[in-house]
Amino acid sequence: MFMSGDNLVGGYGGADILKGCSVGVERGEIAVIVGPNGAGKSTAMKAMLGMLDLREGQVMLDGKDITDLTPQDRIAQGVGFVPQTSNVFTGMSVEENLEMGAFLRDDDFSGTMEEICALFPILKEKRRQPAGELSGGQRQQVAVGRALMTKPSVLMLDEPTAGVSPIVMDELFDRILEIRETGVAILMVEQNARQALNIADRGYVLVTGENRFTDTGEALLANPEVRASFLGG
Amino acid sequence: MSATTSNPSAGSDSQTMRAVLGFAAFGALLALVGFLQSWNVMLAIFNLCLISAVMALGVNIQWGYAGLFNVGIMGFAALGGVAAVLTSTAPVASAWQAGGLGILASGAVTLGVIALAVIAYRKLASGPLKTLVMLVVIIGGYFVIREVYDPAVAAIEADNPAQSGFLGGLGMPIMLSWAVGGVLAAAAAWLIGKVALGLRSDYLAIATLGISEIIIAMIKNEDWLTRGVKNVTGLDRPVPYEIDLQGAPWFTQLATDRGFDLVEGSSIFVKLAYAALFSSVLIAVLALCVLALASPWGRMVRAIRDNEVSAAAMGKNVTARHLQIFVLGSAVVGIAGAMLTTLDGQFTPGSYQPLRFTFLIWVMVIVGGSGNNLGSVLGAFFIWFIWIEAEIVGNWLMANATQFLEEGSALRTHLIDSAQHMRLFTMGIIMLLVMRFSPGGLLPERTASR
Amino acid sequence: MDVLNAITLFANFVFVPGLAYGAQLALGALGITLIYSILRFANFAHGDQMAFGTMVVILLTWWFQSLGVSLGPLPTALLALPLGMAALALYALAADKFVYRHYREIKAPPIRLVMASVGVMFVTNGLVRVIIGPDDQAFMDGERFIVRAGNFRRAMGLNEGLAIKSSQALTVVIAIALVVALFWFLNRTRTGKSMRAFSDNEDLALLSGISPQKVVTVTWIIAAALMTIAGTLYGLDKSFKPFTYFQLLLPMFAAAIVGGVGNPVGAILGGFVVAFSEVTITYAYKKFLTYLVPESLAPEGLMQLLSTDYKFAVSFIILVVVLLVRPTGLMRGKVI
Repeated sequence: MFMSGDNLVGGYGGADILKGCSVGVERGEIAVIVGPNGAGKSTAMKAMLGMLDLREGQVMLDGKDITDLTPQDRIAQGVGFVPQTSNVFTGMSVEENLEMGAFLRDDDFSGTMEEICALFPILKEKRRQPAGELSGGQRQQVAVGRALMTKPSVLMLDEPTAGVSPIVMDELFDRILEIRETGVAILMVEQNARQALNIADRGYVLVTGENRFTDTGEALLANPEVRASFLGG
Repeated sequence: MSATTSNPSAGSDSQTMRAVLGFAAFGALLALVGFLQSWNVMLAIFNLCLISAVMALGVNIQWGYAGLFNVGIMGFAALGGVAAVLTSTAPVASAWQAGGLGILASGAVTLGVIALAVIAYRKLASGPLKTLVMLVVIIGGYFVIREVYDPAVAAIEADNPAQSGFLGGLGMPIMLSWAVGGVLAAAAAWLIGKVALGLRSDYLAIATLGISEIIIAMIKNEDWLTRGVKNVTGLDRPVPYEIDLQGAPWFTQLATDRGFDLVEGSSIFVKLAYAALFSSVLIAVLALCVLALASPWGRMVRAIRDNEVSAAAMGKNVTARHLQIFVLGSAVVGIAGAMLTTLDGQFTPGSYQPLRFTFLIWVMVIVGGSGNNLGSVLGAFFIWFIWIEAEIVGNWLMANATQFLEEGSALRTHLIDSAQHMRLFTMGIIMLLVMRFSPGGLLPERTASR
Repeated sequence: MDVLNAITLFANFVFVPGLAYGAQLALGALGITLIYSILRFANFAHGDQMAFGTMVVILLTWWFQSLGVSLGPLPTALLALPLGMAALALYALAADKFVYRHYREIKAPPIRLVMASVGVMFVTNGLVRVIIGPDDQAFMDGERFIVRAGNFRRAMGLNEGLAIKSSQALTVVIAIALVVALFWFLNRTRTGKSMRAFSDNEDLALLSGISPQKVVTVTWIIAAALMTIAGTLYGLDKSFKPFTYFQLLLPMFAAAIVGGVGNPVGAILGGFVVAFSEVTITYAYKKFLTYLVPESLAPEGLMQLLSTDYKFAVSFIILVVVLLVRPTGLMRGKVI
């Protein structure tokens, strides 16, 4: 796979949270990690990003082993990450947020900025406004836009729809589908499992740090066991 | 600094060993001074060690129990000094006649203005009217107070300014002032704590820095109260005077019996008496600290210290507890301040230097072991000892090091003059090194989690 | 009634000195706020580091003077200023490397950093006293006045004169230039924006590839420049004494908090609020009022709200009022 974490074992110093789970995503594909609270969904994503000390397992990107790279180095290698909370620079304008996203780039990034503004028209409209003054959904767009500024080959999203209204959620998922069309590999952790699996090419159901089900989004939605245990019937 | 890094799991036996070794080493140092310099010098150092230890305990209560960073130790110590003056000096009848009534009246007016402001604050609805009324009450009140206060102050300060020029005190025994000093410091701490606690942690530090500057400004300028920079000398003494001892038959008898020099013996006797008094205070404060920590109150305090967030979640009022601790710690500093002025026998506002009071005490607490009461005592002992002896050693070193320079050359004079400032530099380095490499200090606190 | 004389008097003793003092405090508070928002601690060594930078400037000024180098009507100290800034920057970076960095790496609570800064203050204070001594040093040379009181009086035909010291004019001019440059840097350059980003959201800044070490280094260099300039201007305007610089800590903190900690515009505003409060409250208004009211109503006392000995009380009272009424400061800085 283009990016994958295989047999990840580790935690934050104490007991292991991940107990050998594997996740991965191909380019032009959306992979979704779902599961109950405390299953280690976000932890798995942090492990992919290098924010966690792994005891076992490895993280591969485009055929290279990146297990020992720092998060910063992984970002330089083309991984974009949108944290769940405080994911924008609240005191800086929308435009500056995007500029900061491109901090590692030495080339002219005005083209990328235009592409992102085309994807999220609201950002162009509000580009002079401080990001902290935007609504929740608009902030998420800034956050995603910021992560896209490095032109990542993999975009990781940690619960992008947490705390936004259903309409905004649909809108965000539409945008994510559009991003997929550009060939980016998208890996996201989602609370809203049903909606997320709807757009997912690949789904992972994690329970207590292990893979319980791994299949296409469609198949997982159709799986009666998954439906009963994780999708509320 | 032979201390190794703190090991939280270290058994209490090794703790006790460290403490015993530490105090034994200090005793040996004192004995060395006694033999090499003189027992008089040794006791002079030791008495200040005892007072410093009480002060360090006060600071340790605040830092170790609640993580409160008090940068105004000097101010609270100075309030202790004020207490010594106000308690022990004889009242000056002529000054009271000249302006005592005016001072009392201005005090009454001040209370009235505060009461009015509080009433206005409580009764009026928020809005421009409230702001206006509050401003009129406070600013107008200020002018009324000054109208009463200024002539009274002028009258008092004009009353025999060379010898007196102040109201004097209550004419009570000076030992009483140690308690009064504690109360004064506690009151100041309560005011500051009310304002700055519960906000960001560094606001308290800044506010204490401010209040100590203001307290020093007041004792330097309010001559009617403490004679300002004219100093108050010849304070009451809780122990006999050397000269009286030398005349006392029982003492001369003792001197002949034991065969010691009368003059030196009397001086040592006085210092020993002070040492006994100060030690009792130190032991009492230390015992109270230990008892308090073992009480339910102490358990709550430790719970808050170890995890402020979860203690707050469990319904503990963290800010109120911090206020208590801040007030208690400051009171202990105030007591020590009064003891210091008692030992000096005089009140000299000019001697309150932040580097000598506030920051030296902090070095003691950090070197001793933040949070550990016994550690603070040991830290105070050692640091005061080093502070005193470093001056002698420093001067000697500098004098030797500059021998190759021409006698009377500008550089040589400058270097010899600067030796005293090297102490500050050295103390700062010691503080930084201990914080960095041995955060537990000489006697690490067992549950140290900071 | 003599309004013109009253205004001149007020300008001479309150407005002009207040303006210069306010600019000096503003530069100091700007440094404090910068360190606070990026390094996240209240720097208690600020005053003494100012003294350190100023000391280097003074020593170099003396050296230049002994070589006969001068700037003509301008103080020689300006020539030494860049070198003083560089020296303090090196000193601050060394302090960061050997002291502060460790606490950042172990993610110590901010109060630990505050405490470490007290240690640095202690060391710096000792160093300055060892090198230049604890006494007053004067190092102002060149043309002392832009407007002399006597000339002004004669030219305007008034009783009162207005004096403008060149140090005061220099202070205001340099402060304005510096603030413009700083704001341009923070808002328009990549490095400046990355500093704002780091202050705004450290984790996200790291995720964006912003190097924390570079941000910290640049912050200390800018802070050192601000400290040296503020200290030198203060020293030129008044005089240099290490203990005075330590005491400036309180008004500077007050200025930073009044304006809203972490907010550069607030720091500047706060500097002027504190300075003008201090000067207006400790000024004796007797002569001023005598010009304005009929002779029969002329005040007898000094009409001074507070003696100058209590000028620190003014900063303190402002601080207390802000903490009580609006802990975020006038410009809504960061809180907790």
